[in-house]
Amino acid sequence: MSLLQLDSVSKRFGALTVADAISLTVENGEALGIIGPNGAGKSTLFNLITGTIAPDSGAIRFAGADVTRTPPMARCLSGMGRTFQIPQPFEKLTVFENLLVAGSFGARRSEADAYDHCAEILVETGLIDKANVPAGGLSLLQRKRLELARALATEPRLLLLDEIAGGLTEGECQALVATIRAIHAKGVAVIWIEHVLHALTSVVERLLVLHFGRVIGIGAPAEIMASRDVQEIYLGIEI
Amino acid sequence: MTILDTIVQGVLLGGLYALFAAGLSLVFGIMRLVNLAHGDLIVLAAFLILVLVNGLGLNPFLAVLIVMPLMFIAGYALQAVLLNRTLGKDVLPPLLVTFGLSIVLQNALLEGFSADSRRISAGALETASINLGAVTIGLMPLMAFLSAVAVIVGLNLLIYRTALGRAFRATSDDPVTAGLMGIRPRQVFAVATGLAMAVVAIAALYLGTRANFDPTAGPARLIYAFEAVIIGGLGSLWGTLAGGVILGVAQTLGAAVNPEWQILSGHLAFLAVLLIRPRGLFPRAVD
Repeated sequence: MSLLQLDSVSKRFGALTVADAISLTVENGEALGIIGPNGAGKSTLFNLITGTIAPDSGAIRFAGADVTRTPPMARCLSGMGRTFQIPQPFEKLTVFENLLVAGSFGARRSEADAYDHCAEILVETGLIDKANVPAGGLSLLQRKRLELARALATEPRLLLLDEIAGGLTEGECQALVATIRAIHAKGVAVIWIEHVLHALTSVVERLLVLHFGRVIGIGAPAEIMASRDVQEIYLGIEI
Repeated sequence: MTILDTIVQGVLLGGLYALFAAGLSLVFGIMRLVNLAHGDLIVLAAFLILVLVNGLGLNPFLAVLIVMPLMFIAGYALQAVLLNRTLGKDVLPPLLVTFGLSIVLQNALLEGFSADSRRISAGALETASINLGAVTIGLMPLMAFLSAVAVIVGLNLLIYRTALGRAFRATSDDPVTAGLMGIRPRQVFAVATGLAMAVVAIAALYLGTRANFDPTAGPARLIYAFEAVIIGGLGSLWGTLAGGVILGVAQTLGAAVNPEWQILSGHLAFLAVLLIRPRGLFPRAVD
């Protein structure tokens, strides 16, 4: 059974179709990359999967249950973790408290248990020395790491990463990729939207190309990058 | 009669105002909801305590222990059933709905308890006092002040040291992201209003034992609570205590000059603080 299954999911905002009969499956422990020009509907797809917007039609199944109409909170509890393209930490809480919120509510851990677990994640994501700093005072890289750390603290089976490598230097990007690889290696399924292609292709096993809300290709990264359609639509515009 | 005595009485009165205001401050801090029925809910709780004291012959302090959980449940239900529906980008619906609730409560209390002015009897405690030479401290006002401090210490511990408190702050910061972290914002709001109503029960005890109250006494308590919150700065519970104390001292000083000036001088102090520090004395750093 697939971990995540989208069945012909569509969403329109007025005349604009942001998701056009999207069908896809993600298996347990898989890593899927999503690329596409700006406005292709990539973040909208994440909003549909996590439940912050409801589809007009189609069905979404996660971990064996139909979650098409399930609120985001319940999807989080059943194992979806998400990072935002523009980091959205709880600014007045410290970095550690940000994680504790996710650990005690998203992962339903007891207080003492959540402390240990969240401290481990802070080490793993390189934020331990910022633990007691208010999240509002972090740099961009630290905010992106906090997004990742907080999503991990909910103990996801599926991690949705939205342009987490954008705006980072080459060195920062490599360190982040190493962290994501380590998370993936533990068996967490990853769906990763990214413009930084070399970072993406060094992690994911499959690549999906989105254009005007439609899936125009899905397959092995090398195969997708060689496809004529993709080169015209995506690479032609972006590179 | 010394000025020191007047100030001490004012500080103790400020404790009562801080109790009026703590629940209002908590709810506003977490969900940006201004509850215009707050004063009437204090009066409702005072009548509940009165019923237990007069009807069952309970000690008022025991009665408040029974009324606190009842008010918590009432607050939880009020938020879950009614107030959650009014929250959104527009600030007007919560104001209109709580204003309506205020009128409903006043009329229901009028129907149930008549317009007679009532008082909760605390027996010998009412007149007990501690004589410190120049200053004589009434035991009930002192207990009101200490209760206010205890409530504020307790709420601060809850907000800054517990998982529930982190959920309060996270939801206050960003309810949508809080939902993605596994928090139910609406449930968090309901618990917050429940807590505010439990504090309201404590405020009601000291309101009812200190002075007479009747079904229309709510709006004036709301004004004092508001002024305490605004003087202290929105979102800071210690600021709310300071605001209550400033209001109380201004009132007793005014009353010492001329008893008719008590209420007026409290309002003047409020206006003066607004002129000098429009955001209150201790506003939250970022907001």
